[in-house]
Amino acid sequence: MITFDGVTKRYADGTVAVDDLSLEVPTGAITVFVGPSGCGKTTSLRMINRMIDPTEGRILLDGKDVTGVDPATLRRGIGYVIQQAGLFPHRRIVDNVATVPLLLGWDKRKARDRAMELLERVGLDPKLARRYPFQLSGGQQQRVGVARALAADPPVLLMDEPFSAVDPIVRTSLQEELLRLQAELHKTIVFVTHDIDEAVKLGDTVAVLRVGGKLAQIAEPADLLSDPADDFVREFLGRDRGIRRLGFVPAKDLALEPAPDGVTPEGHGTFNPAKDSLRAALDAALLSPDGLAVAVDDDGRVLGVVDQAVLVGAARG
Amino acid sequence: MDEPLVRWDWIARNWDNGGPTSVKVLLENHIVMAFVPVVAGLLIAIPLGLACARYRWLYQPTVGIMNVVYSLPSLALFSILLSVTGLTQTTVIIPLTLFSLAVLIPAVVDGMRSVPDHVRQSAVAMGFQPVSRLLRVELPIAVPVVLAGLRVAAVSSISLVSVGALIGQGGLGYLFIDGWQRQFYTPIVVGIVLVVALALVADLVIIVAQRLLTPWARRTS
Repeated sequence: MITFDGVTKRYADGTVAVDDLSLEVPTGAITVFVGPSGCGKTTSLRMINRMIDPTEGRILLDGKDVTGVDPATLRRGIGYVIQQAGLFPHRRIVDNVATVPLLLGWDKRKARDRAMELLERVGLDPKLARRYPFQLSGGQQQRVGVARALAADPPVLLMDEPFSAVDPIVRTSLQEELLRLQAELHKTIVFVTHDIDEAVKLGDTVAVLRVGGKLAQIAEPADLLSDPADDFVREFLGRDRGIRRLGFVPAKDLALEPAPDGVTPEGHGTFNPAKDSLRAALDAALLSPDGLAVAVDDDGRVLGVVDQAVLVGAARG
Repeated sequence: MDEPLVRWDWIARNWDNGGPTSVKVLLENHIVMAFVPVVAGLLIAIPLGLACARYRWLYQPTVGIMNVVYSLPSLALFSILLSVTGLTQTTVIIPLTLFSLAVLIPAVVDGMRSVPDHVRQSAVAMGFQPVSRLLRVELPIAVPVVLAGLRVAAVSSISLVSVGALIGQGGLGYLFIDGWQRQFYTPIVVGIVLVVALALVADLVIIVAQRLLTPWARRTS
Protein backbone atom coordinates (compact mmCIF):
# COMPACT_ATOMS: atom_id res chain seq x y z
CA MET A 1 0.00 0.00 0.00
CA ILE A 2 1.14 3.53 -0.77
CA THR A 3 -0.01 6.27 1.59
CA PHE A 4 0.06 10.00 0.85
CA ASP A 5 -0.03 11.76 4.19
CA GLY A 6 -0.59 15.51 3.93
CA VAL A 7 1.78 15.81 0.96
CA THR A 8 2.52 19.27 -0.40
CA LYS A 9 4.96 20.24 -3.14
CA ARG A 10 5.79 23.93 -3.33
CA TYR A 11 8.44 25.20 -5.72
CA ALA A 12 10.93 27.99 -5.00
CA ASP A 13 8.87 30.46 -7.05
CA GLY A 14 5.85 29.82 -4.81
CA THR A 15 3.92 27.62 -7.22
CA VAL A 16 2.03 24.92 -5.39
CA ALA A 17 1.98 21.76 -7.53
CA VAL A 18 0.43 19.47 -4.93
CA ASP A 19 -1.59 20.80 -2.02
CA ASP A 20 -2.04 18.76 1.16
CA LEU A 21 -2.75 15.47 -0.61
CA SER A 22 -3.82 12.57 1.56
CA LEU A 23 -4.95 9.30 0.03
CA GLU A 24 -4.26 5.61 -0.02
CA VAL A 25 -3.28 3.50 -2.98
CA PRO A 26 -4.38 -0.06 -2.22
CA THR A 27 -2.09 -3.01 -2.86
CA GLY A 28 -2.76 -5.11 -5.94
CA ALA A 29 -5.13 -2.66 -7.60
CA ILE A 30 -4.98 0.09 -10.21
CA THR A 31 -5.34 3.61 -8.84
CA VAL A 32 -5.67 6.34 -11.45
CA PHE A 33 -4.68 9.97 -10.85
CA VAL A 34 -6.69 12.01 -13.34
CA GLY A 35 -7.13 15.72 -13.87
CA PRO A 36 -6.45 18.63 -16.20
CA SER A 37 -2.89 19.81 -16.83
CA GLY A 38 -1.45 21.61 -13.83
CA CYS A 39 -3.33 19.46 -11.34
CA GLY A 40 -0.14 17.91 -9.95
CA LYS A 41 -0.88 14.33 -11.00
CA THR A 42 2.56 13.68 -12.48
CA THR A 43 4.28 15.47 -9.59
CA SER A 44 2.37 13.26 -7.17
CA LEU A 45 3.43 10.15 -9.09
CA ARG A 46 7.08 11.20 -9.15
CA MET A 47 7.13 11.78 -5.44
CA ILE A 48 6.49 8.06 -4.94
CA ASN A 49 9.87 7.08 -6.44
CA ARG A 50 11.61 10.26 -5.26
CA MET A 51 12.17 11.81 -8.65
CA ILE A 52 10.67 14.75 -6.77
CA ASP A 53 10.74 15.12 -2.99
CA PRO A 54 7.74 16.61 -1.16
CA THR A 55 8.02 19.97 0.63
CA GLU A 56 5.73 18.82 3.40
CA GLY A 57 4.09 15.57 4.40
CA ARG A 58 5.15 11.98 3.93
CA ILE A 59 4.72 9.23 1.38
CA LEU A 60 4.75 5.76 2.89
CA LEU A 61 5.42 2.63 0.88
CA ASP A 62 4.14 -0.30 2.93
CA GLY A 63 4.46 1.86 6.03
CA LYS A 64 8.00 3.08 5.33
CA ASP A 65 8.71 6.74 4.52
CA VAL A 66 10.24 6.77 1.02
CA THR A 67 12.50 9.71 1.84
CA GLY A 68 14.41 7.37 4.15
CA VAL A 69 15.38 5.09 1.25
CA ASP A 70 18.29 5.68 -1.15
CA PRO A 71 16.66 6.96 -4.38
CA ALA A 72 18.39 4.54 -6.76
CA THR A 73 17.60 1.54 -4.57
CA LEU A 74 14.00 2.67 -4.18
CA ARG A 75 13.58 3.17 -7.93
CA ARG A 76 14.98 -0.24 -8.85
CA GLY A 77 12.13 -1.74 -6.83
CA ILE A 78 9.43 0.31 -8.58
CA GLY A 79 8.55 -0.16 -12.24
CA TYR A 80 8.15 3.03 -14.27
CA VAL A 81 6.50 3.56 -17.62
CA ILE A 82 6.65 6.97 -19.25
CA GLN A 83 4.91 8.61 -22.20
CA GLN A 84 6.84 7.90 -25.45
CA ALA A 85 8.24 4.83 -23.63
CA GLY A 86 11.64 6.41 -22.90
CA LEU A 87 13.46 3.44 -24.41
CA PHE A 88 17.25 3.70 -24.71
CA PRO A 89 17.82 4.24 -28.44
CA HIS A 90 21.33 2.78 -28.34
CA ARG A 91 20.33 -0.53 -26.83
CA ARG A 92 18.60 -3.46 -28.45
CA ILE A 93 15.08 -4.26 -27.30
CA VAL A 94 16.18 -7.25 -25.22
CA ASP A 95 18.84 -5.15 -23.46
CA ASN A 96 16.35 -2.36 -22.83
CA VAL A 97 14.06 -4.81 -21.06
CA ALA A 98 16.98 -6.31 -19.11
CA THR A 99 18.09 -2.89 -17.78
CA VAL A 100 16.83 -3.07 -14.20
CA PRO A 101 17.77 -6.74 -13.62
CA LEU A 102 21.31 -5.87 -14.75
CA LEU A 103 21.38 -2.83 -12.44
CA LEU A 104 20.36 -5.19 -9.65
CA GLY A 105 23.38 -7.31 -10.47
CA TRP A 106 21.66 -10.28 -12.07
CA ASP A 107 23.71 -12.63 -14.18
CA LYS A 108 23.63 -11.50 -17.84
CA ARG A 109 22.12 -14.69 -19.19
CA LYS A 110 19.41 -14.77 -16.53
CA ALA A 111 18.53 -11.12 -17.21
CA ARG A 112 18.22 -11.81 -20.94
CA ASP A 113 16.13 -14.93 -20.42
CA ARG A 114 13.83 -12.90 -18.21
CA ALA A 115 13.65 -10.16 -20.84
CA MET A 116 12.68 -12.64 -23.55
CA GLU A 117 9.99 -14.08 -21.31
CA LEU A 118 8.55 -10.62 -20.69
CA LEU A 119 8.53 -9.65 -24.35
CA GLU A 120 6.33 -12.63 -24.99
CA ARG A 121 4.18 -11.79 -22.01
CA VAL A 122 3.36 -8.31 -23.33
CA GLY A 123 2.49 -9.78 -26.71
CA LEU A 124 5.63 -8.99 -28.70
CA ASP A 125 7.26 -11.24 -31.28
CA PRO A 126 10.59 -12.52 -29.84
CA LYS A 127 12.11 -11.72 -33.23
CA LEU A 128 11.94 -8.05 -32.27
CA ALA A 129 14.39 -8.63 -29.42
CA ARG A 130 17.47 -7.96 -31.57
CA ARG A 131 16.08 -4.75 -33.04
CA TYR A 132 16.73 -1.20 -31.94
CA PRO A 133 13.88 0.98 -30.66
CA PHE A 134 13.68 3.14 -33.80
CA GLN A 135 12.77 0.03 -35.78
CA LEU A 136 9.55 -0.46 -33.78
CA SER A 137 6.16 1.25 -34.03
CA GLY A 138 4.97 3.52 -31.23
CA GLY A 139 2.62 0.87 -29.89
CA GLN A 140 5.35 -1.77 -29.91
CA GLN A 141 7.74 0.61 -28.15
CA GLN A 142 5.17 1.20 -25.44
CA ARG A 143 4.77 -2.56 -24.95
CA VAL A 144 8.54 -2.78 -24.56
CA GLY A 145 8.28 0.03 -22.00
CA VAL A 146 5.79 -2.03 -20.00
CA ALA A 147 7.95 -5.15 -20.29
CA ARG A 148 10.97 -3.17 -19.10
CA ALA A 149 9.08 -1.85 -16.09
CA LEU A 150 8.05 -5.39 -15.15
CA ALA A 151 11.47 -6.96 -15.70
CA ALA A 152 12.60 -7.17 -12.09
CA ASP A 153 9.08 -8.10 -10.97
CA PRO A 154 8.55 -5.00 -8.81
CA PRO A 155 5.43 -5.00 -6.63
CA VAL A 156 4.66 -1.39 -7.60
CA LEU A 157 4.26 0.06 -11.08
CA LEU A 158 4.09 3.79 -11.84
CA MET A 159 2.65 4.71 -15.22
CA ASP A 160 2.83 8.33 -16.39
CA GLU A 161 0.42 8.87 -19.30
CA PRO A 162 1.89 5.77 -20.94
CA PHE A 163 -0.66 5.51 -23.72
CA SER A 164 -1.21 9.18 -24.58
CA ALA A 165 1.15 9.36 -27.54
CA VAL A 166 -0.31 6.50 -29.59
CA ASP A 167 -3.35 6.46 -31.87
CA PRO A 168 -6.78 5.52 -30.45
CA ILE A 169 -6.88 1.97 -31.82
CA VAL A 170 -3.44 1.10 -30.49
CA ARG A 171 -4.31 2.82 -27.21
CA THR A 172 -7.37 0.61 -26.78
CA SER A 173 -5.35 -2.53 -27.37
CA LEU A 174 -2.65 -1.39 -24.93
CA GLN A 175 -5.31 -0.69 -22.31
CA GLU A 176 -6.84 -4.15 -22.73
CA GLU A 177 -3.37 -5.66 -22.57
CA LEU A 178 -2.70 -3.85 -19.30
CA LEU A 179 -5.95 -5.12 -17.79
CA ARG A 180 -5.14 -8.64 -18.96
CA LEU A 181 -1.63 -8.45 -17.45
CA GLN A 182 -2.95 -7.00 -14.22
CA ALA A 183 -5.45 -9.85 -13.88
CA GLU A 184 -2.43 -12.19 -13.85
CA LEU A 185 0.08 -10.09 -11.93
CA HIS A 186 -1.91 -8.10 -9.34
CA LYS A 187 0.61 -5.25 -9.14
CA THR A 188 0.01 -2.09 -7.17
CA ILE A 189 -0.34 0.34 -10.05
CA VAL A 190 -0.52 4.11 -9.99
CA PHE A 191 -1.61 5.34 -13.40
CA VAL A 192 -1.60 9.01 -14.41
CA THR A 193 -3.76 10.28 -17.25
CA HIS A 194 -5.67 13.38 -18.33
CA ASP A 195 -8.25 11.22 -20.09
CA ILE A 196 -11.27 10.53 -17.88
CA ASP A 197 -12.47 7.70 -20.13
CA GLU A 198 -9.13 5.95 -19.71
CA ALA A 199 -9.35 6.58 -15.97
CA VAL A 200 -12.74 4.95 -15.50
CA LYS A 201 -11.83 2.13 -17.85
CA LEU A 202 -8.59 1.15 -16.10
CA GLY A 203 -9.01 2.30 -12.52
CA ASP A 204 -10.20 0.21 -9.61
CA THR A 205 -10.05 3.55 -7.85
CA VAL A 206 -9.98 6.97 -9.50
CA ALA A 207 -8.56 10.06 -7.81
CA VAL A 208 -9.67 13.28 -9.52
CA LEU A 209 -7.28 16.20 -8.95
CA ARG A 210 -8.00 19.84 -9.65
CA VAL A 211 -5.65 22.61 -10.76
CA GLY A 212 -3.49 23.65 -7.83
CA GLY A 213 -2.92 20.08 -6.76
CA LYS A 214 -5.96 19.49 -4.59
CA LEU A 215 -7.79 16.18 -4.41
CA ALA A 216 -11.36 16.73 -5.63
CA GLN A 217 -12.68 13.20 -5.20
CA ILE A 218 -11.45 9.65 -4.84
CA ALA A 219 -13.90 6.85 -5.59
CA GLU A 220 -14.55 3.72 -7.59
CA PRO A 221 -15.44 4.55 -11.20
CA ALA A 222 -19.15 3.65 -10.92
CA ASP A 223 -19.52 5.79 -7.79
CA LEU A 224 -17.62 8.63 -9.37
CA LEU A 225 -20.02 8.61 -12.34
CA SER A 226 -23.15 8.36 -10.23
CA ASP A 227 -22.13 10.71 -7.39
CA PRO A 228 -19.66 13.38 -8.44
CA ALA A 229 -18.57 15.34 -5.38
CA ASP A 230 -18.91 18.80 -6.88
CA ASP A 231 -19.34 20.84 -10.05
CA PHE A 232 -15.68 20.51 -11.00
CA VAL A 233 -15.81 16.72 -10.95
CA ARG A 234 -19.19 16.73 -12.72
CA GLU A 235 -17.85 18.94 -15.47
CA PHE A 236 -14.63 16.97 -15.74
CA LEU A 237 -16.56 13.72 -16.11
CA GLY A 238 -18.36 15.32 -19.03
CA ARG A 239 -21.59 14.34 -20.75
CA ASP A 240 -23.19 10.92 -20.88
CA ARG A 241 -22.34 10.17 -17.26
CA GLY A 242 -25.56 8.22 -16.77
CA ILE A 243 -24.98 6.06 -19.81
CA ARG A 244 -21.29 5.54 -19.02
CA ARG A 245 -22.08 4.47 -15.47
CA LEU A 246 -24.18 1.62 -16.87
CA GLY A 247 -20.92 0.21 -18.23
CA PHE A 248 -20.09 -0.77 -14.65
CA VAL A 249 -23.40 -2.52 -13.93
CA PRO A 250 -23.38 -6.18 -14.97
CA ALA A 251 -26.25 -7.42 -17.14
CA LYS A 252 -26.33 -10.86 -15.53
CA ASP A 253 -29.12 -9.98 -13.08
CA LEU A 254 -31.62 -8.95 -15.76
CA ALA A 255 -34.82 -11.03 -15.81
CA LEU A 256 -35.07 -12.56 -19.29
CA GLU A 257 -38.38 -13.29 -20.98
CA PRO A 258 -38.81 -16.10 -23.49
CA ALA A 259 -38.14 -14.88 -26.98
CA PRO A 260 -41.38 -14.34 -28.98
CA ASP A 261 -41.73 -16.38 -32.17
CA GLY A 262 -39.67 -15.06 -35.01
CA VAL A 263 -37.26 -13.05 -32.86
CA THR A 264 -33.73 -14.03 -33.85
CA PRO A 265 -30.32 -12.46 -33.33
CA GLU A 266 -30.53 -11.31 -36.94
CA GLY A 267 -32.11 -7.91 -37.13
CA HIS A 268 -31.79 -7.40 -33.36
CA GLY A 269 -29.14 -6.03 -31.09
CA THR A 270 -27.64 -8.76 -28.94
CA PHE A 271 -25.76 -8.93 -25.63
CA ASN A 272 -24.17 -11.67 -23.56
CA PRO A 273 -25.54 -11.53 -19.99
CA ALA A 274 -22.55 -13.46 -18.68
CA LYS A 275 -20.03 -10.90 -19.88
CA ASP A 276 -21.70 -7.66 -20.86
CA SER A 277 -22.84 -4.63 -18.93
CA LEU A 278 -26.22 -2.98 -18.71
CA ARG A 279 -24.87 -0.41 -21.14
CA ALA A 280 -24.35 -3.08 -23.79
CA ALA A 281 -27.85 -4.48 -23.14
CA LEU A 282 -29.45 -1.05 -23.48
CA ASP A 283 -27.46 -0.41 -26.62
CA ALA A 284 -28.75 -3.74 -28.00
CA ALA A 285 -32.33 -2.73 -27.30
CA LEU A 286 -31.86 0.64 -28.99
CA LEU A 287 -30.50 -1.11 -32.08
CA SER A 288 -33.58 -3.36 -32.38
CA PRO A 289 -36.63 -1.95 -34.22
CA ASP A 290 -39.03 -3.53 -31.67
CA GLY A 291 -36.99 -2.42 -28.64
CA LEU A 292 -36.11 -5.96 -27.62
CA ALA A 293 -32.50 -6.73 -26.62
CA VAL A 294 -31.72 -10.36 -27.44
CA ALA A 295 -29.63 -12.21 -24.86
CA VAL A 296 -27.28 -14.79 -26.34
CA ASP A 297 -24.76 -17.15 -24.76
CA ASP A 298 -21.13 -17.68 -25.75
CA ASP A 299 -22.18 -19.87 -28.68
CA GLY A 300 -24.71 -17.39 -29.98
CA ARG A 301 -27.78 -19.36 -28.78
CA VAL A 302 -30.78 -17.19 -27.85
CA LEU A 303 -31.40 -17.18 -24.08
CA GLY A 304 -34.29 -14.77 -24.06
CA VAL A 305 -35.14 -11.11 -24.53
CA VAL A 306 -35.38 -7.93 -22.44
CA ASP A 307 -37.58 -4.98 -23.33
CA GLN A 308 -36.09 -1.49 -23.42
CA ALA A 309 -38.55 -0.29 -20.77
CA VAL A 310 -37.29 -2.98 -18.40
CA LEU A 311 -33.72 -1.93 -19.14
CA VAL A 312 -34.41 1.71 -18.35
CA GLY A 313 -36.04 0.58 -15.12
CA ALA A 314 -33.00 -1.51 -14.26
CA ALA A 315 -30.73 1.40 -15.11
CA ARG A 316 -32.58 3.55 -12.60
CA GLY A 317 -31.67 0.89 -10.02
CA MET B 1 57.86 29.23 -68.81
CA ASP B 2 58.17 25.71 -70.11
CA GLU B 3 58.02 24.43 -66.51
CA PRO B 4 55.44 21.57 -66.35
CA LEU B 5 52.82 21.55 -63.58
CA VAL B 6 54.14 18.32 -62.12
CA ARG B 7 57.62 16.89 -62.45
CA TRP B 8 57.17 13.25 -61.61
CA ASP B 9 60.90 12.67 -61.23
CA TRP B 10 60.98 15.30 -58.42
CA ILE B 11 58.38 13.34 -56.53
CA ALA B 12 60.31 10.10 -56.99
CA ARG B 13 63.53 11.71 -55.76
CA ASN B 14 62.04 13.60 -52.83
CA TRP B 15 59.46 11.13 -51.50
CA ASP B 16 61.96 9.52 -49.17
CA ASN B 17 65.39 11.15 -49.57
CA GLY B 18 66.44 10.71 -45.94
CA GLY B 19 66.39 14.48 -45.25
CA PRO B 20 64.11 16.41 -42.89
CA THR B 21 62.11 17.81 -45.82
CA SER B 22 61.43 14.60 -47.65
CA VAL B 23 57.73 14.40 -48.50
CA LYS B 24 57.29 11.28 -46.38
CA VAL B 25 58.68 12.97 -43.25
CA LEU B 26 56.60 16.10 -43.86
CA LEU B 27 53.49 13.94 -44.23
CA GLU B 28 54.23 12.14 -40.97
CA ASN B 29 54.79 15.43 -39.14
CA HIS B 30 51.61 16.78 -40.65
CA ILE B 31 49.62 13.82 -39.40
CA VAL B 32 51.03 14.16 -35.88
CA MET B 33 50.41 17.92 -35.67
CA ALA B 34 46.86 17.55 -37.01
CA PHE B 35 45.93 14.45 -35.04
CA VAL B 36 47.24 15.36 -31.57
CA PRO B 37 45.20 18.62 -31.29
CA VAL B 38 41.98 16.81 -32.22
CA VAL B 39 42.49 14.02 -29.70
CA ALA B 40 43.64 16.44 -26.99
CA GLY B 41 40.73 18.73 -27.89
CA LEU B 42 38.24 15.90 -27.54
CA LEU B 43 39.67 14.87 -24.17
CA ILE B 44 39.36 18.46 -22.92
CA ALA B 45 36.02 19.16 -24.61
CA ILE B 46 34.21 16.21 -23.02
CA PRO B 47 34.52 17.36 -19.39
CA LEU B 48 34.11 21.04 -20.32
CA GLY B 49 31.11 20.26 -22.54
CA LEU B 50 29.52 18.15 -19.82
CA ALA B 51 30.00 20.98 -17.33
CA CYS B 52 28.40 23.43 -19.80
CA ALA B 53 25.50 21.06 -20.45
CA ARG B 54 24.95 20.65 -16.74
CA TYR B 55 25.44 24.27 -15.65
CA ARG B 56 23.74 26.26 -18.36
CA TRP B 57 25.16 29.59 -17.21
CA LEU B 58 28.65 28.31 -18.10
CA TYR B 59 27.81 27.67 -21.71
CA GLN B 60 27.53 31.19 -23.16
CA PRO B 61 30.76 32.53 -21.56
CA THR B 62 32.66 29.39 -22.60
CA VAL B 63 31.48 29.57 -26.18
CA GLY B 64 32.20 33.31 -26.19
CA ILE B 65 35.79 32.77 -25.09
CA MET B 66 36.28 29.92 -27.55
CA ASN B 67 34.95 32.05 -30.40
CA VAL B 68 37.35 34.86 -29.54
CA VAL B 69 40.23 32.37 -29.51
CA TYR B 70 39.01 30.96 -32.83
CA SER B 71 39.03 34.44 -34.35
CA LEU B 72 42.70 35.01 -33.42
CA PRO B 73 45.02 34.51 -36.37
CA SER B 74 47.02 31.33 -35.85
CA LEU B 75 50.18 33.20 -36.74
CA ALA B 76 49.65 35.58 -33.81
CA LEU B 77 49.28 32.64 -31.45
CA PHE B 78 52.43 31.03 -32.88
CA SER B 79 54.49 34.16 -32.24
CA ILE B 80 53.20 34.45 -28.66
CA LEU B 81 54.04 30.80 -27.99
CA LEU B 82 57.44 30.97 -29.67
CA SER B 83 58.94 32.55 -26.56
CA VAL B 84 57.67 29.64 -24.47
CA THR B 85 57.82 26.54 -26.61
CA GLY B 86 60.25 27.65 -29.32
CA LEU B 87 60.35 26.33 -32.88
CA THR B 88 58.78 23.00 -31.98
CA GLN B 89 55.68 21.08 -32.97
CA THR B 90 54.18 22.04 -29.61
CA THR B 91 53.97 25.65 -30.78
CA VAL B 92 51.63 24.49 -33.55
CA ILE B 93 49.79 21.87 -31.54
CA ILE B 94 48.65 24.20 -28.74
CA PRO B 95 46.80 26.76 -30.92
CA LEU B 96 45.26 23.99 -33.02
CA THR B 97 44.01 22.32 -29.85
CA LEU B 98 42.34 25.58 -28.85
CA PHE B 99 40.78 25.88 -32.30
CA SER B 100 39.43 22.33 -32.11
CA LEU B 101 37.85 23.16 -28.74
CA ALA B 102 35.81 25.91 -30.39
CA VAL B 103 34.14 23.20 -32.48
CA LEU B 104 34.16 20.30 -30.03
CA ILE B 105 32.76 21.96 -26.88
CA PRO B 106 29.53 23.00 -28.65
CA ALA B 107 29.42 19.52 -30.21
CA VAL B 108 29.54 17.85 -26.79
CA VAL B 109 26.90 20.26 -25.43
CA ASP B 110 24.64 19.68 -28.45
CA GLY B 111 25.20 15.95 -28.08
CA MET B 112 24.05 16.01 -24.48
CA ARG B 113 21.06 18.11 -25.50
CA SER B 114 20.21 15.53 -28.16
CA VAL B 115 19.40 13.02 -25.41
CA PRO B 116 15.58 13.04 -25.35
CA ASP B 117 14.14 14.14 -22.03
CA HIS B 118 11.93 11.06 -21.72
CA VAL B 119 15.00 8.86 -22.12
CA ARG B 120 16.89 10.73 -19.40
CA GLN B 121 13.83 10.62 -17.13
CA SER B 122 13.34 6.92 -17.60
CA ALA B 123 17.03 6.30 -16.82
CA VAL B 124 16.57 8.18 -13.55
CA ALA B 125 13.36 6.32 -12.80
CA MET B 126 14.98 2.94 -13.36
CA GLY B 127 17.56 3.60 -10.71
CA PHE B 128 20.75 4.57 -12.56
CA GLN B 129 23.22 6.39 -10.32
CA PRO B 130 24.20 9.78 -11.83
CA VAL B 131 27.66 8.69 -13.05
CA SER B 132 26.53 5.43 -14.61
CA ARG B 133 23.60 7.23 -16.21
CA LEU B 134 26.09 9.60 -17.81
CA LEU B 135 28.47 6.89 -18.97
CA ARG B 136 25.96 4.26 -20.02
CA VAL B 137 23.01 6.26 -21.27
CA GLU B 138 23.70 9.93 -21.98
CA LEU B 139 27.21 9.87 -23.48
CA PRO B 140 26.52 6.92 -25.79
CA ILE B 141 23.43 8.70 -27.10
CA ALA B 142 25.48 11.88 -27.64
CA VAL B 143 28.06 10.05 -29.78
CA PRO B 144 26.59 10.78 -33.25
CA VAL B 145 26.45 14.53 -32.61
CA VAL B 146 29.95 14.59 -31.10
CA LEU B 147 31.36 12.64 -34.04
CA ALA B 148 29.77 15.10 -36.47
CA GLY B 149 31.72 17.85 -34.66
CA LEU B 150 34.84 15.72 -34.68
CA ARG B 151 34.70 15.48 -38.47
CA VAL B 152 34.73 19.28 -38.77
CA ALA B 153 37.53 19.59 -36.19
CA ALA B 154 39.69 16.94 -37.87
CA VAL B 155 39.39 18.38 -41.37
CA SER B 156 40.04 21.94 -40.25
CA SER B 157 42.99 20.85 -38.13
CA ILE B 158 44.54 19.07 -41.11
CA SER B 159 44.23 22.17 -43.23
CA LEU B 160 45.45 24.57 -40.50
CA VAL B 161 48.72 22.71 -39.80
CA SER B 162 50.18 24.13 -43.01
CA VAL B 163 50.34 27.63 -41.50
CA GLY B 164 52.96 26.30 -39.09
CA ALA B 165 55.39 26.28 -42.00
CA LEU B 166 55.92 29.99 -41.27
CA ILE B 167 57.74 28.94 -38.09
CA GLY B 168 59.30 25.91 -39.73
CA GLN B 169 56.76 23.45 -38.35
CA GLY B 170 54.05 23.11 -40.93
CA GLY B 171 54.28 19.54 -42.13
CA LEU B 172 53.22 19.57 -45.77
CA GLY B 173 52.93 23.35 -45.53
CA TYR B 174 56.70 23.48 -46.13
CA LEU B 175 56.03 22.38 -49.68
CA PHE B 176 53.94 25.48 -50.39
CA ILE B 177 56.66 27.84 -49.16
CA ASP B 178 59.37 25.90 -50.94
CA GLY B 179 57.45 25.85 -54.21
CA TRP B 180 56.51 29.52 -53.94
CA GLN B 181 60.06 30.68 -53.24
CA ARG B 182 61.45 28.71 -56.20
CA GLN B 183 58.51 29.34 -58.56
CA PHE B 184 58.39 25.57 -58.84
CA TYR B 185 54.88 24.09 -58.91
CA THR B 186 55.47 20.43 -58.27
CA PRO B 187 55.83 20.65 -54.43
CA ILE B 188 52.75 22.89 -54.25
CA VAL B 189 50.64 20.40 -56.20
CA VAL B 190 51.98 17.51 -54.14
CA GLY B 191 51.19 19.40 -50.91
CA ILE B 192 47.64 20.24 -51.97
CA VAL B 193 46.91 16.70 -53.13
CA LEU B 194 48.26 15.16 -49.92
CA VAL B 195 46.44 17.61 -47.60
CA VAL B 196 43.14 16.99 -49.39
CA ALA B 197 43.74 13.23 -49.40
CA LEU B 198 44.55 13.31 -45.69
CA ALA B 199 41.36 15.23 -44.94
CA LEU B 200 39.27 12.79 -46.97
CA VAL B 201 40.82 9.78 -45.27
CA ALA B 202 40.31 11.26 -41.80
CA ASP B 203 36.68 12.04 -42.62
CA LEU B 204 36.12 8.55 -43.98
CA VAL B 205 37.67 6.94 -40.89
CA ILE B 206 35.31 8.90 -38.63
CA ILE B 207 32.28 8.03 -40.76
CA VAL B 208 33.16 4.33 -40.63
CA ALA B 209 33.73 4.58 -36.88
CA GLN B 210 30.32 6.20 -36.52
CA ARG B 211 28.62 3.42 -38.47
CA LEU B 212 30.28 0.82 -36.26
CA LEU B 213 29.78 2.63 -32.96
CA THR B 214 26.17 3.69 -33.49
CA PRO B 215 24.30 1.07 -35.49
CA TRP B 216 21.22 2.26 -33.62
CA ALA B 217 21.22 5.76 -35.07
CA ARG B 218 18.33 6.43 -37.42
CA ARG B 219 19.50 6.30 -40.99
CA THR B 220 18.21 9.38 -42.73
CA SER B 221 19.32 8.54 -46.27
